[in-house]
Amino acid sequence: MIVSIFLLVIGAAIVLCLIRLIKGPTATDRAVALDTVTTVTTALLVILALVFKRYIYLDVALVYAVLMFIGSVAIARFLEKGI
Amino acid sequence: MVERIFKKSTTRVRIFLYLFILLTLVWMALTSTLHWQELTAGVLISFILSLFLSKSYVGLGLPTPTVKTLSFLLIYIASLFKEIIKANIDVAYRVVHPKMPIRPGIVVVKTELKQDLAKLMLANSITLTPGTFTLDIAGDKLLIHWINVSTQDEEKATQAIALKFEKHLKRVFS
Amino acid sequence: MHIAGMIAIGIGVLFLFLGSFGIVRLPDVYNRLQAGTKCTTFGCLFAVLGVGIVEPAWFWKALLVSLFVLLTNPISNHALGRAAKKSGVPLWDGSVVDKSRDFPSYANTEKL
Repeated sequence: MIVSIFLLVIGAAIVLCLIRLIKGPTATDRAVALDTVTTVTTALLVILALVFKRYIYLDVALVYAVLMFIGSVAIARFLEKGI
Repeated sequence: MVERIFKKSTTRVRIFLYLFILLTLVWMALTSTLHWQELTAGVLISFILSLFLSKSYVGLGLPTPTVKTLSFLLIYIASLFKEIIKANIDVAYRVVHPKMPIRPGIVVVKTELKQDLAKLMLANSITLTPGTFTLDIAGDKLLIHWINVSTQDEEKATQAIALKFEKHLKRVFS
Repeated sequence: MHIAGMIAIGIGVLFLFLGSFGIVRLPDVYNRLQAGTKCTTFGCLFAVLGVGIVEPAWFWKALLVSLFVLLTNPISNHALGRAAKKSGVPLWDGSVVDKSRDFPSYANTEKL
């Protein structure tokens, strides 16, 4: 149905980000691609909650967003040589 | 003297009340239920947290929340949302256009805001709006990457990028 | 209600895809950050709120998730952009102007 089309498009988006993650000429490119993947994955988790009718997946998405925000900032601080 | 202490304590009480209401609302959104046990736990935890947080809130020198400030904040959020939608259509157009009409560059923008939180909000809203994102802040200057540079002059760039948010934020933080 | 929510999710997913497309297509780190910030934040916001509209019982938690994404995504992108500039990633050849040399903390980084 229509939800499976959404999931396919999100999968394509993640694959595009992974291309940049592998190709990226500098480390910052890879960090940017990873950050985008995390945002897309948050949306994916919420849509999966709708597909499986599991309320608890929203909590998973929230915790995932919190942790990956901290991860991105930590990577950025590391690249800046300021950690 | 007595008057000043009284004024200070009423500010404190007001901040405490706003924080308490905000934290309780966040708790209710997290639990998504009106069961009395959840509500009791939430009210207790919000009470204790806002007792401690109101002290540090006063220490940071942030604006006192009043009804007027909150209404200006709502106006600001509405205008921000409009800009976000415009920004996305703009960036999506540039990405899918076969020739990629971009003229990127880094420009400097000046701001008149003083408080750190105001500058943070300005930087965040610049990041979310058409073709601009903030790289760094130093003093009253913001370093901004612009995907389609139309002017290199500092004054004109300020007018094009920052002014529409600054006028709302000034009213919130005055 | 169901249809409106599905349309919102569709718009969100479309913008998520366009953001990822921009990540692949645009020429340098800073331009990629532009697409990575705006399109994915907006797309995530719409997709999550759309789920909240389809299942009204979930609305408040979905609002919390979307508010969190809206608040934190600009910060992490700002940190990544600053890291790129400080570690000397050059701008794209077609860039018009680089005023960052006015900033003392960027005096040693690579120029246009």
